[in-house]
Amino acid sequence: MGKIRELEAALAAIADGSKLVIPADYAGVAMEATRALIRRGVRGLHLVTLPASSLQADLLIGAGCVATLETSAVGFGELGAAPRFTAAVLAGTIALKDATCPALHSALRAAEMGNPFGALRGIIGSDILKQRPDWKVIDNPFGENDPIVLLPAIRPDVALFHAPLADRNGNIWVGRRRDLFTLAHASARSVVTVEALHDGDLLADEVMAAATIPAFYIEAVALAPRGAWPLKMGDLYGEDTQHLLDYLALAATEEGFGRYLDRHVLRRRAA
Amino acid sequence: MSATAAEIKPEEVLIDVVLRLIEGARHVAVGANSPIPAAAAFLAQLLSPDAPNVSLQQSPEHNLWTDGGRELFDSAGQGRIDAFFFSGAQIDGSGNINLTVIGDYAHPKARFPGAYGSAFLYFMVPRIILFRLEHSRRTLVDKVDFISAPGVSPPNVFRRGGPVALVTPLCHFSFDKSRARFRLESVHPGHSVEEVLDSTGFAFDLPAGVPATPAPPPATLALLRAEVAPRLAAIYPKFAEKVFGIPVKAGAAPMG
Repeated sequence: MGKIRELEAALAAIADGSKLVIPADYAGVAMEATRALIRRGVRGLHLVTLPASSLQADLLIGAGCVATLETSAVGFGELGAAPRFTAAVLAGTIALKDATCPALHSALRAAEMGNPFGALRGIIGSDILKQRPDWKVIDNPFGENDPIVLLPAIRPDVALFHAPLADRNGNIWVGRRRDLFTLAHASARSVVTVEALHDGDLLADEVMAAATIPAFYIEAVALAPRGAWPLKMGDLYGEDTQHLLDYLALAATEEGFGRYLDRHVLRRRAA
Repeated sequence: MSATAAEIKPEEVLIDVVLRLIEGARHVAVGANSPIPAAAAFLAQLLSPDAPNVSLQQSPEHNLWTDGGRELFDSAGQGRIDAFFFSGAQIDGSGNINLTVIGDYAHPKARFPGAYGSAFLYFMVPRIILFRLEHSRRTLVDKVDFISAPGVSPPNVFRRGGPVALVTPLCHFSFDKSRARFRLESVHPGHSVEEVLDSTGFAFDLPAGVPATPAPPPATLALLRAEVAPRLAAIYPKFAEKVFGIPVKAGAAPMG
């Protein structure tokens, strides 16, 4: 069976309760796929962000899809705080594993290498460390009186991201969005949406191949033009700032968030 | 151009202060939600004969990295990044920053986005400049509710970096890491030492005769408004609208 699927079929790999890893806004966020997951009613996700998120995590949390969140931050930068994330943390309705950006990189890179843990400088003296009993401080075995933090590897069930191009074999061209390599390598399976399909073999061209995730990491690919909207997609399109501002205004209340879902998520936009 | 003090926006004074604080840095990195540092870094590139490398973490068009978001942390871990910036919901007198919660962690009264890379970068980047756009006893506190990243560390903890300054709309503090304490360096035009004392929740060193922060030179202001402002608008639309009057652009219309 080929790897190019309809969006809903591609998302079948993301079961209820999956440990799902998603990238930061600069790397390519699969927003069309996220709306489809919410329509399907996915539940109980253990969501991991590499390393931070904005609308994608906020929508999934607000729609009740997330049981556990492992992140360094969820926010909309200068546009404001993430309203449904904030509300969920204050109400205690999600389990939260606060991290710091390079800790998530380190833990996922450990999984890429098949190692049980990663190591990271810093963190010691932070209250984040106090809240993470799963992180351990050891004395550097190659040094002397040199404490360092160890982090257990994060091995997601599924990675979900958006990329510019896929070929018919399911090879994914990501350009310089190298975080997507980490997501694909660390996860058991990857589900990818793409702006366009590439005629030919992405691995046949040295220049393209260097920035291509080989198909053996990829479970399924779906075509989703403008699939990161309203977030940005590298140099292909910018973020729809006005839409994000409208979202933040609506999602300030549970009821307003429901109206946003009705308008932009549950009623599928005409293709 | 001859701008009078009244025509200079407070943000422009802050940008000029940060510009002086990053002087001589070879590689300046800017994280999420840092329009003032980004503006200062762009200015440094235009003004300095040894233009620093500038990398904006959230904007692949404005950074030099080709290895993903992790490259900031990897290069900072190696000591390749000279200057970085943090804010905090709370900043305390020992340089601890709180980007996480107000109140008890398990039952917080307020929640903020999270620590981002602070718990690592605060240790690794030699010149961390703190900025806080609300200078009040609510934000500049004696002790933070939650330490997202500590201001200083015990001698056996590897640490090459940390805070060197705190810039607010009222003043510029320097930070003495050996004493874990801020010192008032200058007060911005239109404000007073008394106002700083009234508005600051932590104790700090107060030298006799604190100078006024100099106004940005006209050439700096002109460059900021003509060349840096449009670049900022693409990354920080709300800030550029507020400070430079550049309207927020909607993205391309969604399909359907």
